[in-house]
Parts: sequence; structure tokens; C-alpha cells
Amino acid sequence: MAKQAKQQVDQGKRNFLIAATAGMGAVGATAVAVPFVASMLPSERAKAAGAPVEVDISKVAPGEMLPVEWRGKPVWVVHLTPEMKASLGKHNDKLSDPMLEVTSQQPEYCKNATRSLKPDVVVMVGICTHLGCSPTAKLQAGGDMGADWTGGFFCPCHGSKFDLAGRVFKGSPAPKNLEVPPHKYLSDTVLLIGDDSKGTA
Amino acid sequence: MKNLLLILVLLLPTALLANESIHMERAPVNLDDQASLQRGAKTFINYCLNCHSASAMRYNRLQDIGLTNEQIKANLLLAGEKVGDTMTVAMNAKEAKVWFGAAPPDLSVEARARGADWLYAYMRGFYRDDTRPTGWNNKVFDKVGMPHVLYELQATLKPAEYDAVVADLVNYMVYMAEPAKLVRGNLGLIVLLFLGVFFVLARALKKEFWKDIH
Amino acid sequence: MKNCMKCMLDWVDARFPLTSNWKTHLSEYYAPKNFNFWYYFGSLALLVLVIQIVTGIFLTMHYKPEATMAFSSVEYIMRDVTGGWIIRYMHSTGASMFFVVVYMHMFRGLLYGSHRNPRELIWLFGVGIFLCLMGEAFFGYLLPWGQMSYWGAQVIINLFTSIPFVGPDISEWLRGDYVVSDATLNRFFAFHVIALPLVLLGLVVAHIIALHEVGSNNPDGIEIKAKKDPKTHIPLDGIPFHPYYTVKDIMGVVVFLIVFASVVFFAPEMGGYFLEANNFIPANPLVTPPHIAPVWYFTPYYSILRAVPPILNSQFPGVVAMGASVVIFAFLPWLDRSPVKSIRYRGPLYKRWLAAFVVSFLVLGYLGTEPSNVWGQFAASMPIIGGADRATVVARFFMAIYFAFFLLMPWYSKRDTTKPVPERVTA
Repeated sequence: MAKQAKQQVDQGKRNFLIAATAGMGAVGATAVAVPFVASMLPSERAKAAGAPVEVDISKVAPGEMLPVEWRGKPVWVVHLTPEMKASLGKHNDKLSDPMLEVTSQQPEYCKNATRSLKPDVVVMVGICTHLGCSPTAKLQAGGDMGADWTGGFFCPCHGSKFDLAGRVFKGSPAPKNLEVPPHKYLSDTVLLIGDDSKGTA
Repeated sequence: MKNLLLILVLLLPTALLANESIHMERAPVNLDDQASLQRGAKTFINYCLNCHSASAMRYNRLQDIGLTNEQIKANLLLAGEKVGDTMTVAMNAKEAKVWFGAAPPDLSVEARARGADWLYAYMRGFYRDDTRPTGWNNKVFDKVGMPHVLYELQATLKPAEYDAVVADLVNYMVYMAEPAKLVRGNLGLIVLLFLGVFFVLARALKKEFWKDIH
Repeated sequence: MKNCMKCMLDWVDARFPLTSNWKTHLSEYYAPKNFNFWYYFGSLALLVLVIQIVTGIFLTMHYKPEATMAFSSVEYIMRDVTGGWIIRYMHSTGASMFFVVVYMHMFRGLLYGSHRNPRELIWLFGVGIFLCLMGEAFFGYLLPWGQMSYWGAQVIINLFTSIPFVGPDISEWLRGDYVVSDATLNRFFAFHVIALPLVLLGLVVAHIIALHEVGSNNPDGIEIKAKKDPKTHIPLDGIPFHPYYTVKDIMGVVVFLIVFASVVFFAPEMGGYFLEANNFIPANPLVTPPHIAPVWYFTPYYSILRAVPPILNSQFPGVVAMGASVVIFAFLPWLDRSPVKSIRYRGPLYKRWLAAFVVSFLVLGYLGTEPSNVWGQFAASMPIIGGADRATVVARFFMAIYFAFFLLMPWYSKRDTTKPVPERVTA
């Protein structure tokens, strides 16, 4: 202690060394944090369970729907009848986003009248965009949904209504259309949900 | 203190001697040899996986040893299996117990439990023994319940060729028991290099401050 | 900017003693200036504790404390969880390194008399930490649910069976079943991840508070507070912990991390001493592995357990001896009657006894990893020891030295010749 006064301390060198070790420490701590943070990402098991799902749609008759599980979520494959398809163009004025301007809700290749790759087969994630309930299918027109119902989905939690292409009706608590997952056709009747990459499958 | 060290040094050889066990040939394990690992994986899936599972090992993990998902699908998967699946086995564990006297163990970490040398000796240690129900016995595993699954290979190949098949298989099983082993060493070198530089700086910092004291 | 920092600090200080704590424990905590190599292990123990807690938290996110899933969930961590193998190896290596560091830390105490007046309570809290650590290691070792986990827990729990009258009931109560089972695994998990860590943290805080109350000992074993600057009241041989010992400890930490990383990345099994081959076989209640031994850090006490012969057909004396071999550390402050603290000024008697103790600790530790017939038997024709396992006889001899080191200490430490102790610390 007493010697401190006698000796000239090179404060510049000292500050440099403090900064250098602190820098090294910060780099090291960040590097150590990487495996810990990464360990909370979906594991290989979760990825395998969430892998793309192959669906044979040859047995889904027009006017019917096939629910499929993908990444633990319900995905609906709806086979439209010509009447259903026709009804989709007639109520654009009642929809919140008829022109599909919210791009996050469907891939670019589904930005069309039926929001689908094939005009008579619609694929969408059956999770309400309001608070995550799964809406109930009310595919047929009329019935308990009232005379002006043209077919679609009704969320039991807070009453959001969607048409057969998953577009949300005005006045619903749900802010966006139902999500269309990435998907592609491996053959005419085999659908792959969760993967839309080109190239071999 | 010096006496103490001397006694320790004198005690060391006894400790080393006491650890000596039955001599086994060293298995030629080389995890850098991807071709060997791939041949071993194929042998493992074709022969071992009929009765043994490797339930901690996912097929798509074989990308580690240079295979693509497409190759795995085309060559190694049974019908209905996905690349993300683990290596399970169709055989019912209860029936297996009736057939072999014990359910075939899961082989995911067998190489860590038994050691590579033991596996290498075991797969080359089968001999005819008519007193056994399967007709086979083993030099390193007396009265083993498992039959000699690679018998046909051993009968048709030259001894050196058969040894090479077993070596590949053992190599693969060593990898499978700890896939992280492929990256562990390289990552370790980077970490040690970093710590080495850190040490030089930390020592300089300490010396700089301790000038005040000395 | 500087002003703003200052006013923020003032705001906090008016509500929480931040600056005063910083001063008390770091910038104005005066530690002796002559700390040597042995004084790194206290801060290193704290570092390992942090490593174990952080890695442990992340392991619990993926581990399943359930008998049918525990083993495979560990392999799941090793393969399917990104970075999981690093976290798991850090935890398994940390467990062994904790004992390496703590044994060195305790040996430092024996060298320089850190257990002596006025530091008896620091030592007692330390013994408490050591016991807690042994509990942590024991409970944690069951969790991977391998063969060694299972049979290790089985053997240790069955030790309680030898307690007269209530033993069997106690064992059953500890297990919650008639054998080690899912119920045992589940409660061991609870003890390992929450109960003992809470106690451990409390004891560590108490250990450090007590230390900072009386001040650190040093290799000369003299009280630096006895010689203070008359004006500043700062010990003449004291230097502020921060920055001097913080920069020194950073250097020590880096050296430790080099050793630690070498094990984690290049030898996580450490030749079967840190991770045992048999523990890669899932627990099987029907088959005991041919040779079971505890992990290396428990083997000295395990040797003592085996060395005591059954008396009146009861293993109880062995269990008592094993317990005593650990608890006896707590009595050290009162067994030591030497007028000096540090080994530098003690006479040959203490030095020889300490050396003999270290040798017996190591020999007992080695023998505990081996079966008791490792060195064969003495010839049947020999008197007294004829036919006995050589290793057992050797273990008994070193067990006697182990206990004699403590029990004869009041005598030999008092009559030992000592050198005069300097007034100020030597460099």
C-alpha cells in the first residue's frame, strides 16, 4: 500500500488490460450462453414430431373435410364442391381481408380466390387467429348458423366466423384470416403439409 | 511435503498394475473414417437392428457421418419409417425373452458400457458349442443367448475381410454411443485456444495491479 | 452522464446498502497480502457452485424423474437437445471437480490452521457445506438411473438397515418402497434440485459472512488485524480484496477453466472415474454389476465402512465408523492444541501426522475403488492375519492412522516443538 505513492502507475496500460480482460470475459460468457440458449429451442425429437406430414386426399369427397395433425396443431383439408367454390366470390364486402392483404396468413402461391394450390382443395391451420381456439366446421350453408350462412367455420370461444377459404367475416373478434400452412403436392392425391420446398421429396 | 510426494510416486505403480484385466485386442476405432462408419451403419441396420433397438439414435442423425436424408430413406429405412424416427425394433420384448432367454438389450450406448475392444472381441469370438440352445458360444461372453448373426459373413469372407466388417461395425457403434464425439474435440481445441489467450491477458492484468504490492 | 450514474446510485443507496456492501465485502475488505496457491480454491468452489446450479437448471428442463424414462431422457439430452451434451458434461464434470476443489480447500485449512480461533464457526459452516455436498452428490448420482446409480443407492440406503431396532423401517421410509424404485427416484430428484441446494446456498452465505466478520487467515497463520495503521485503522499487511484479489482470482479461474474444459471436451468419462461404464446400462433391479464401487470422492469413507469387521453380526459399527470419519472434521478446531496455526511454524510431529493422514486418505480412496480381494490373501500360515484379504488389512491400518490423526491431535499438537511466529506476514 505504502509503495503506491512511490511508484508511477501506468494508468493507460492498466485501463487497456482491464478493457481487454473484460472484453475477453464478455466474449467467453456469450459463447458459454450459446448452448444454454440453444438448448431451449425445439429438440431433434420435437423437430421429428413436427416433420412435414404426408396426407392421402383421394378419399376426401367433395363437401367433406379431413382434419390432420401437424406440429400438434389441427390442419384442415377441405374438398370444395362447385357450389361452395362459387359462394366464395359472393360475399367479399362482408370480409375483413377479402383480397388477402395480410401476407403472413398464406404463402404467396395461395394468394388466389380459394387460397389454395388446387382450386377445389383448401388447406388451412384450424386455429382461430383471435386467441387460439379451434373453430367448429359448419361447412353446409344455412342450418343453425342462419339463412345467410354460406358455409365456413365458427369459433365457439368468442364467436369468430370464417368462410370456407378461412377468411374472417367482419365483426368477428379474430383480426386475421386463418393461416394457410406451407404445403405442396407430391402427386395428384398426396399432399405434403409443412414443406413447400422445390426439388425432390 | 517432499516425503509425501515420494510415497505417492511409489504407490502409483501398484495402482496401475492392479487395473490390468484380461487382455483384449485393441479395436481399430477411427471416427474420422466416414466410409467405415457408413459401412458399419449398414451392417448394424441390416443385422443387429432385427433384434436389438437403438432407441436413442435417430436415422436422420446419420447425416453426421456423411449420408443425406435421401440416401438414408432409400437405403436404410424400412417401409413406413420416417427419417426422424429412432431405431426401434419390431420384435416383441416378451417373445424375445422366450426365444433367447433374455430380451436383447438396446444398443444405443452399448459401446460406452462395454467398450470398443470388448465389442470387437465379442463379434469375432463366436465358436460352435452344441451344448448351447443356439449352437453357439462366445469367448468373451460365456453362455451368451445371442446366436452368431454374422455367421454367413464369417463363413464366406477371408478372416481379414471379416475382421474389417466387424471393425466397421464397432466403429459405427462407438460413434452411435456418443454422436457428440465427432465435434467434441474440435470445439474443445477452440475453447482451450480462447482460454489460453485469456490466461495471458489475465496474468498481465494481475501482474500490473500487483506491482502496487510487491 | 457521470452525474446521472451518481444520482442513481444515491437513490439505490438510500434504499439498499449497495455501496456499503461493496465496500465491506470487496473494495474495503482487507485480505492478507501473502495468499498463495492454496487460496484460490475458495473462490473456485463458488465458481463450481454457480456452474452446477446453472447447468442443473437447464438439465431439469429436459430430464424426466420417472423410472421408465430417466435413463432415456439423459440420452435425449446428450443427443436430441441442442448443446445438451455440453451442459450435461459440464454438470457431471462439475460434480467431480467440486470435490477436487473442496478437498484442496479443506487441506489448505489443515496446512495453515484456518479452523483455529477465531474461525471455528467458518469451519463448522464449511463442514456443513461439505455434508450438503455429499448429499447432493449422492442424490444426484441416482438420477441417470444406470446400474451404478441404482445399486449405489441400494447399498447406501441399506446401510441404514443396520441401525439397531429401527433400521429396516428407516430404509423403507427413505426409499418409499421395498426396493429402490420410481418413488425413490422422484424424491431424490426433489432433494437434489431444491431441498439441498437451498440449504447449501444458505450455508455458503453464512460461511462467507463469518469469514468477512473475522477476516481471512493466511499462510503465516497470524492475525493481520493485530497490526493496524494508527491513522487509517487498516491492517498493515492487508490489501483491499478488490482489485488485488479479484484480478488474481480471475487468473485462477482461467487456469481452472482450462482444466475443466480439458475434461469436458477431451475426457468427460475421465477413465471411468467421472462417468462409469456400468452406468451406461439402464438400472436393472434383478442384476447387480459384478463390481460396484462408489464414485471416487466417496471411496475413502467407503473403504472405512468395509474395513470395520461386523461385530455381533451387525454392520452397524462400520456404518458408525464411516459416519465418524466425515463428522470428525467438525471437531478439528477443538482437537488442535498447537500454540501456532500455520504449518510453517509447527514442528515435525504435526508435519508427519498430516503427511500420514494425506497418505491414508489417498490409499483408502484407492482401495475403495477396488474389490477387497484386489491384492489377494495373506498365506494361511501367517499369525493373526493368515488368510485375510491383504487389501482389507491395509485398509484397517490406514483407517487407524486416519482416526489417530484426529484423536491424538490434542496430544501431539501440544507437545510439538514450534518455531517463533513473526509479527508481520512474510512475503
